[in-house]
Amino acid sequence: MLARHEDRTTAPPRVDHLLIAGLVKPGARVLDVGCGDGALLQLLADRKDVDARGVEIDRDRVNACVARGLSVIQGDADQDLDAYPDDAFDYAILSLTIQATRNPKKVLSNLLRIGRHAIVSFPNFGHWKVRAKFFASGRMPVTEHLPDTWYDTPNAHLCTIKDFADLCRLVDAKVERAVAFNTSGQQLGTWVRLPLTIHNLLGEKAVFLLSRNSARR
Amino acid sequence: MASESTELSRSATSPPPTAPSPETVKRTALEEALSPASLSVTFPASEPLELDCGKSIGPFTVAYDTAGTLNAAKSNAILVCHALTGDQYFARIHPVTGKPGWWETMVGPGKPIDTDRFFVICANILGGCMGSTGPVSINPATGTHYGLDFPVITIRDMVRAQVRLIDHLGIDQLFAVAGGSMGGMQVLEWAAHFGDRLHCAIPIATAAWHSAQNIAFHEVGRQAVMADPEWTEGRYLFKERVPRRGLAVARMAAHITYLSEAALHAKFGRNLQDRDARTFSFNADFQVESYLRHQGSTFVDRFDANSYLYITRAMDYFDLAGEFDGVLANAFRGTKVRFCVVSFTSDWLYPTHENRKIVQALNAVAANVSFVEIESDKGHDAFLLDEPVLFKTVTGFINSAAARHGIAPARSAA
Repeated sequence: MLARHEDRTTAPPRVDHLLIAGLVKPGARVLDVGCGDGALLQLLADRKDVDARGVEIDRDRVNACVARGLSVIQGDADQDLDAYPDDAFDYAILSLTIQATRNPKKVLSNLLRIGRHAIVSFPNFGHWKVRAKFFASGRMPVTEHLPDTWYDTPNAHLCTIKDFADLCRLVDAKVERAVAFNTSGQQLGTWVRLPLTIHNLLGEKAVFLLSRNSARR
Repeated sequence: MASESTELSRSATSPPPTAPSPETVKRTALEEALSPASLSVTFPASEPLELDCGKSIGPFTVAYDTAGTLNAAKSNAILVCHALTGDQYFARIHPVTGKPGWWETMVGPGKPIDTDRFFVICANILGGCMGSTGPVSINPATGTHYGLDFPVITIRDMVRAQVRLIDHLGIDQLFAVAGGSMGGMQVLEWAAHFGDRLHCAIPIATAAWHSAQNIAFHEVGRQAVMADPEWTEGRYLFKERVPRRGLAVARMAAHITYLSEAALHAKFGRNLQDRDARTFSFNADFQVESYLRHQGSTFVDRFDANSYLYITRAMDYFDLAGEFDGVLANAFRGTKVRFCVVSFTSDWLYPTHENRKIVQALNAVAANVSFVEIESDKGHDAFLLDEPVLFKTVTGFINSAAARHGIAPARSAA
């Protein structure tokens, strides 16, 4: 791989990014929707030699991504995914973004259409700390990982792990793998060992690897 | 074979020509059109250029300028395409106006398009008036200026002439083609029709087709030229006349579209020009009037009125989707070209949504595309001005693409 970037961020990769990088096959075509500062794209380009593309809504972040040599367009997950053809990518990734979209169901359906696989990560609103805050205060919970107040949060559609699993069934997505992380970034046991309810309680973030149930679209 | 102009040709590394004295300016503009101070190549009548209108033109000349050095593999060439009233003098003092090259902000040693690393070419467009064949040129059939006998040309015709130049220079594949406004349209034509001849494309502040509003503005300009009695049905050159007023009005109207309301307000507001009070006359009381009149009158000294008609027409005819059965995505199907599309927030001539249509068409064929909308209050002209985010964007895109393409970085000056 020739492309190396001098101004790469030196911060260690996020645990969910490392997990996603582990799910992606080398050399794949990847679209990261809501790619932020491009950290995941950079990680995938460097370690997996992928053909990495990004979509990001924030103009300054897009500029920063393109300035560091990443193929990123300024755009909106709710509006700009319609333009992509079916199966354009091996993986369509939505990393900590689905909760900020206007229409998560449509966005997820689009991801499954344009990617052979979809990888979705999201903050789990069912985490015990969120529940405890809400229960104790009677107010919209503000936590370390969800630090915004209800009136200025970009997160219009927060959900729990159970909620997201329901949405996957609704859009006919097959869950190939699902992983939850606790607040220290440690991976909880696989589904086999722990029931969904426990993941929903202890998982602070979750990552789902999905594909289309090929029989129906 | 094409013949290189010898007496006037310079090596790419020779010093820039000195600026002419102001009193010779007007004469020099015509001289430039007939015999440019830059490099030029003339393709003989036996190798004519077939045009979209069904006619062909030959012999024809392409005047061009270069900066930097072509590497042995001929892999580091970048073609820069100029806008409506630009020319080949992109990176050195203009021989007619004495002003710096039109893209010296972007192109030069250590600049985003780094001439220490890349061989940069810019050709005066077909139909232009700085040495490439256009309405001012001598028609071999009549022995005098073409005038309105010059065929109506298109953006694609301009690109066809550029392809001939690139062939002449022995370059199989350009590393990049870049340009803003009408230059961006040429970039899109290159990518659509000659996709195997370029590695990446940088269309800036442009559109895949000319909007009704833009056609309307151009028609105002053309009507201003044609309403000038000096225009004499396009035959003014034969009579040693110049439709100065008409062309100046055309330029004034067009110039407004290159700016933004915010930029005009910041620069002039309602300030009066060299006076304390309104004169209750039609003199240029306001600074903005004085500025526009100046823009109009200086433009006439360096540009040919018929050329202005032909080039605006070519832009109006531009419709890349129309060339592909009305589906823009078809223009890019299967493309391997990497794209970097750039727009500016205050550009109302080629607004972001027009540029985004290009991006969406590229997405529809899963092309490799970056798209940046840059916040600027400078209007359409922002692509020619000092815009640090534009420079960072182009630098990042080019460096990344060059690394993939195996082009060595410029040697560090240290």
